[in-house]
Amino acid sequence: MDAEADLQQHFDELIEADVRIEPRDWMPEAYRKTLIRQIAQHAHSEIIGMQPEGNWITRAPSLRRKAILMAKVQDEAGHGQYLYSAAETLGISREQMLHLLHAGKHKYSSIFNYPTLSWADMGSIGWLVDGAAIMNQVPLCRCSYGPYARAMIRVCKEESFHQRQGYEILYTLSHGTPEQKAMAQESVDRWWWPSLMMFGPPDSESSHTEQSMAWKIKRHTNDELRQKFVDMCVQQAEVLGLTLPDPDLAWNEERGHYDFGEIDWDELYRVIKGNGPCNKQRLDLRVAAHDNGRWVREAASAYAAKRDKPATPDRDNPATPGRDNPATPERVA
Amino acid sequence: MTGTPPDARAQRTADVHEYTLRLADDSLILSHRLAEWAAHAPQLEEDLALTNIGLDLLGQARALLTYAAELGDDQKYRDEDDLAYLRSEQEFRCCLLVQQPNDDDFGLTMVRQLFFSAYQVPLFERLSGSKDATLAAVAAKGVKEARYHLEHASGWVIRLGDGTEESHRRVQESVDRLWPYVGELFESDELLQRLGAVGIAAEPAALHQVWDDAVTRVLTEATLTVPTAVFKPGTGRAGRHSEALGFLLAEMQYLHRLHPGARW
Amino acid sequence: MSTSADWPARRQGSEDPSVADEGDDAQARRDRGAEPWALFEVFVRARRGLSHNHVGSLHAPDPTMALQNARDLYTRRQEGVSIWVVRSTDITASSPDEKDAFFEPAADKIYRHPTFYDVPDGVQM
Repeated sequence: MDAEADLQQHFDELIEADVRIEPRDWMPEAYRKTLIRQIAQHAHSEIIGMQPEGNWITRAPSLRRKAILMAKVQDEAGHGQYLYSAAETLGISREQMLHLLHAGKHKYSSIFNYPTLSWADMGSIGWLVDGAAIMNQVPLCRCSYGPYARAMIRVCKEESFHQRQGYEILYTLSHGTPEQKAMAQESVDRWWWPSLMMFGPPDSESSHTEQSMAWKIKRHTNDELRQKFVDMCVQQAEVLGLTLPDPDLAWNEERGHYDFGEIDWDELYRVIKGNGPCNKQRLDLRVAAHDNGRWVREAASAYAAKRDKPATPDRDNPATPGRDNPATPERVA
Repeated sequence: MTGTPPDARAQRTADVHEYTLRLADDSLILSHRLAEWAAHAPQLEEDLALTNIGLDLLGQARALLTYAAELGDDQKYRDEDDLAYLRSEQEFRCCLLVQQPNDDDFGLTMVRQLFFSAYQVPLFERLSGSKDATLAAVAAKGVKEARYHLEHASGWVIRLGDGTEESHRRVQESVDRLWPYVGELFESDELLQRLGAVGIAAEPAALHQVWDDAVTRVLTEATLTVPTAVFKPGTGRAGRHSEALGFLLAEMQYLHRLHPGARW
Repeated sequence: MSTSADWPARRQGSEDPSVADEGDDAQARRDRGAEPWALFEVFVRARRGLSHNHVGSLHAPDPTMALQNARDLYTRRQEGVSIWVVRSTDITASSPDEKDAFFEPAADKIYRHPTFYDVPDGVQM
């Protein structure tokens, strides 16, 4: 057996045994590329996803809601970071990934190309968009690639408050004044179908699903997860006292699931191709923020370069098991 | 205060109420400015840092506004949200420094933070020994936060000042632009004298030297020029603000005001 | 060649244009006009009595900023009482190719583990 086949066999055995693949292991090039595409897209979604909610921080209707929303948008920046870090272990830099995003060559989740038009959208994003995201993400905690799985464990742990706060917003609105309830219903009407599209194209048309499942990057098909999401939301909508905008939604005794109406796939592909309501706006803002910060990043690099003698005070005296405090630990509570 | 006559007691409560609003509004408005950075920061890492500082300040504001609502005898403002969302510009008591817009300029934002945190650190250090238990508790928690804000802002002003030619020029402009707003922080008035005399408020004049030392050290290390004193633009403590505050409040308050009495 | 623990030993070539050509580091740098901030690995002591554990990485211009960023990123839910940051390039890691020579010799030395020994019933150890 030649060396390449030997490595391939070792890789296959690890996948088969459900053991994690780690950064410096040999891996098939296609596996690496699939992961880079998926993790980068995920990271981009987190940072573009800061915008539709960031929109409403300055208009949040109570100080409590404002604090929660700030913390949530901050989490998204953090999740972007965890995910970029995970992708970087595959040999692509964050710079490269951002460059690809800014050049329109990397995608992010299409859901963030929809506008946030009312405060209730903060509720719908939490309940539906984060709810759908969690459903996609929980299985990724067992993804075969170690750094991605570990990042997702962190993300899922932190995301658990996101969905709840969204639900709480909608519950408060739907049990508030008539104007508030109308605001909540109007918002759910707009977000329901796009959130179903978040699970991706139907299995029959999904080009990546089969290979990704064989590699244990993906654990469930798009349609399985979508069904699970619908089943969960129906009951939750009832408690909210809001209706889901689908006349075909009905319990199917035989299947043990809710049937739901036909998704407008043309719309999904239109938005993916860049013709959603906010595609240009989101990307332009991202690029502008990046460009606008260039002088800051350059200054910090220049400053560091000037001082790059022994850059760390501790570089000459590295941390050892006996020396637990390499820097200024009292700063880091 | 059993020995205090009723009139004096009412005066004292009114004084503490007014003083608490000053402290609260500084934190509230600055946290709003920092929140405006969401998704706009120069680097992802900095998005997190700016939000952390903003959340610390918002936490201080909420505790202080809640206290102010308790002290106030005005039935119009019963809680933190009434005070934040229903007061007019003229009723806000924040200094002018914290209102100054970001102008999408990270350097300006860090200079503003340096100037403010270098004031808040010694202020809260003294206030944590205040005779007023609530103010003392808020300050004791806040001083740890403010020290970190000061360290972060100092680090950035030094890096920008001593970074590239462009960053040096830009951050010097920000220092010059914000310098006139510093004087207000250290102005005394009768209210502060009354509360200072009984150990409730920190006399601002006493903080000025500490501020000067800290800021001069940072600006010097940043190879920046310390500006000399100039004109005094206004008095936020008396409700005379800069134009920027009205726009900020219009955005912050509109939704809350659109639905009177609603819960969120 | 980087030797970072979580960094591939070699930047693998890629035919995927979305990965190799357009995303070329040099290109990105030309666009930016500066070196990207360095990658730092972050280790957090969750609480007293535990050792520092690797939690992930981040970018920073220098170690001081890296430490502040690590505090904001990895301990904002009180996940830690102490943080280390180390430049990723300063880590020397064992190579997967050395796997057998490095780790297998330990595999048959089961006498290093307490479960190797029989303890009579009733003895508290």
